[in-house]
Amino acid sequence: MTVQFTLNGRRVSFEGSGARRLLDVLREDLGQTGTKEGCGEGECGACSVLIDGEVVDSCLVAVGQVDGAQVVTVEGLQSPLQQAFVEHGAAQCGICTPGMLLAAHVLLQKTTRPTADDVREALAGNLCRCTGYTKIIDAVLSCAR
Amino acid sequence: MREVTYLRPKDMQDAVRLYRTTPGCRALAGGTDLMVMLHARTLRPAPRALLDLWSLPELKGIVNRPTKLFIGAAEPYTGIIRSPDARRAVPALVAAARTIGAAQIQNRGTLGGNLANASPAGDTLPVLLAYDALVITDRRAIPIDRFFTGYRKTALESDELITGVELPLDRQVAFRKVGTRAAQAISKVVIAVCREPARIAIGSVAEVPLRASRAEAALARGDITGAVAAVAEDIRPIDDVRSTAAYRRAVTQNVLAELLGGDR
Repeated sequence: MTVQFTLNGRRVSFEGSGARRLLDVLREDLGQTGTKEGCGEGECGACSVLIDGEVVDSCLVAVGQVDGAQVVTVEGLQSPLQQAFVEHGAAQCGICTPGMLLAAHVLLQKTTRPTADDVREALAGNLCRCTGYTKIIDAVLSCAR
Repeated sequence: MREVTYLRPKDMQDAVRLYRTTPGCRALAGGTDLMVMLHARTLRPAPRALLDLWSLPELKGIVNRPTKLFIGAAEPYTGIIRSPDARRAVPALVAAARTIGAAQIQNRGTLGGNLANASPAGDTLPVLLAYDALVITDRRAIPIDRFFTGYRKTALESDELITGVELPLDRQVAFRKVGTRAAQAISKVVIAVCREPARIAIGSVAEVPLRASRAEAALARGDITGAVAAVAEDIRPIDDVRSTAAYRRAVTQNVLAELLGGDR
């Protein structure tokens, strides 16, 4: 089947089985390797992307399900969050970082003045094994207006 | 491996036809369980086709009817959490939805999927039991206490699709989940309780989400101490990777006592 969707503002087209994981199509067919695979089970959030503005795990989405949708990956994220992560030392190995950025972006879109608890809840689906989270939370809070 | 075919039905009628006529077809909604098993190739029998119900408008939305609330089978938990109607009428279901995974899972997981998977650890299932929910399918309404027939087995016919759930508007249900941590944990024990009528429903303590019938009989007599004692006879917990049978039995009694305001 042909799946057409908007990826980071550009129309893209995929030809193949609609049952393939969005994660694999992004990385292997469309060359967008910013999205990482961690657990492949919806636990770790490394593969987080935005579909129509909501954060989802792309390992759990069949690519046919995004036909006609707006998909944003870390490559398309325009936010002060990336620079804040750099400045706060919020990335170490970097595998969780793209997903963290996208989940944090959704929080900042919805909440003007998040608390540290709001950040922890928004990032509960994104696991990090390096940082201990504190610097990530600091980086996100530094971007709150 | 044979490629799995992806089918997107035009409408519910088309979905029912495709589901009946396509060999090896599995219904797909948010994919939070099915896509994991598909990728790991642990689905038996291996599916040959996925029928994508996610975008069907008939399965979306929350509708307030005069005496009941209808929640579409493919409405994600986020929709339930945000719905003023759901918050007013079925706050225990909203509380359960908030404990399921994190945002990524709440944005995709659905009641239809939780029911069809019939995991004994499904977080909404004891709540639906305590509300005496009706499972609405393409052909009938199934009372939830007759829905779970065995480990991950349901009363659904092989070609039957869940369209939604109907819940009463006037029932007071309390909900508690015990897991390893507050967010993103699979339950060790999950309990939903209603005093009037007496309903005590528990997950992760048997091969199915179950109603604790002995404990309910005691609660109906107003005997809270008796209910807390009897619940140990109603449940059939096992030792597994998440907990032990002894822990589950103790925590079930403790949480039930707390929810009923009694002593242990």
